[in-house]
Amino acid sequence: MTPLLQVKGIEKHYGARIGCADVNFDLFPGEVMGIVGESGSGKSTLLNCLAGHLTPDAGQVIFDTRAEGPVDTVTMSEPARRMLGRTDWAFVHQHARDGLRMNVSAGGNIGERLMAVGARHYGDIRARAVDWLDRVEIAENRVDDRPSAFSGGMQQRLQIARNLVTEPRLVFMDEPTGGLDVSVQARLLDLLRGLVRQMGLSALIVTHDLAVVRLLADRLMVMKDGHVVESGLTDQVLDDPQHAYTQLLVSSVLQV
Amino acid sequence: MSISTKKKSAMIELTGVSKSFVLHNQGSAVIPVMAGAELRVAAGDCVALTGASGAGKSTLMRMIYGNYRANAGRIMVGGTDVAKAAPREIIALRREVLGYVSQFLRVVPRVATLEVVAEPLLALGVPEDQARARAAELLARLNIPERLWSLSPTTFSGGEQQRVNIARGFAHDYPALLLDEPTASLDPTNRAVVLGLIEAAKARGAAIIGIFHDAEARAQVCDREEDVSAFTPQAAA
Repeated sequence: MTPLLQVKGIEKHYGARIGCADVNFDLFPGEVMGIVGESGSGKSTLLNCLAGHLTPDAGQVIFDTRAEGPVDTVTMSEPARRMLGRTDWAFVHQHARDGLRMNVSAGGNIGERLMAVGARHYGDIRARAVDWLDRVEIAENRVDDRPSAFSGGMQQRLQIARNLVTEPRLVFMDEPTGGLDVSVQARLLDLLRGLVRQMGLSALIVTHDLAVVRLLADRLMVMKDGHVVESGLTDQVLDDPQHAYTQLLVSSVLQV
Repeated sequence: MSISTKKKSAMIELTGVSKSFVLHNQGSAVIPVMAGAELRVAAGDCVALTGASGAGKSTLMRMIYGNYRANAGRIMVGGTDVAKAAPREIIALRREVLGYVSQFLRVVPRVATLEVVAEPLLALGVPEDQARARAAELLARLNIPERLWSLSPTTFSGGEQQRVNIARGFAHDYPALLLDEPTASLDPTNRAVVLGLIEAAKARGAAIIGIFHDAEARAQVCDREEDVSAFTPQAAA
């Protein structure tokens, strides 16, 4: 099987400081990988390099495109990369307002992404927007409301609907449950798990919440000071951590 | 009988398995917990792991499941060496071949009990109605009242959670099964149901490894016992 994403030697420096360095992994179709580490460990830098929001100083991010097979997205043209970002990729931001248009209706937020890939029929676009609102448990009668009138949890679900409506194959998520209260988090986790299974999505999830990765991710990568210190099966890394830093991380979680 | 058992090919086979924990944040203490573990379980056989508390029964089981990493040796489960397999190979093995009923239920909060039990089947691509029907059948058999099926099991009693866990572990007909105290905290009626499920799994050819503190249950379903104390490293070593 061809990996959906092959990451080879990704490196990003901020001046003399290391953002991330020497990151290598393959992600296969349908796999969900968590990336954990404390603030400043380079996990968000890495995610942004992989998603094309930052240009890495070295390395390759090879994506298995539908049309041409594996292509290095770091060296592909800007328009081609932007097209990938609208079709096969999706990016769920920690703050929903970074991924939504706050002055456009909920339906418009979903429809905009469809129109970016060529949908023109108003009735079809609206029907798909309503269908997706339903899938993320937002009532149909909120379709014309602006996200600024939504709660934090609803905004996050709307952001997910906007991202998944074009049926991407790879979703990047940066702390998708951060900043939400626990009951809302649980609901979002349940929703994400269902969507990942039904759509056969691959996902990369950056988080500092070990409980979130245990429930969502098949595989786990642990970062410290810009480097990957340990990776493997999620439950194996959490239950039998090998690296000193992972052991510290796992033993620092407060038991509820 | 014992001769024919030996001739059957092993579904689960461990050779020279060892394990130690290194506690980096506690003076890099090295704790050897397992050395030279050998185990062979053929299809249709049930083997009980015995030994005093702390002898390494659960550790061995977790190593077979790929939850703990082995430092040396081979852990063959249906043709996959768990000790060396890549994460995605272990994920596939757990989805299709190797089931595990742990002592604790770990689920996403808010997910209905029926969904929790149906999930292993849905992950295999079984149609939703079929998966839910199988889940309902198991929950009914394990005496979980139907009014609870739409609720999350996180609020259930210990015995109820245990039965939900068992239903989930038996939803798919895994060729290999690991059972960690499947009859603990169950009343006699439900205990009999669980033993019946184990016997049915054996009859269809599942290779089973179990930890049973319940000696009667062990005697009823297990073909032989394996004392893991034999694999406990000597303190002097």
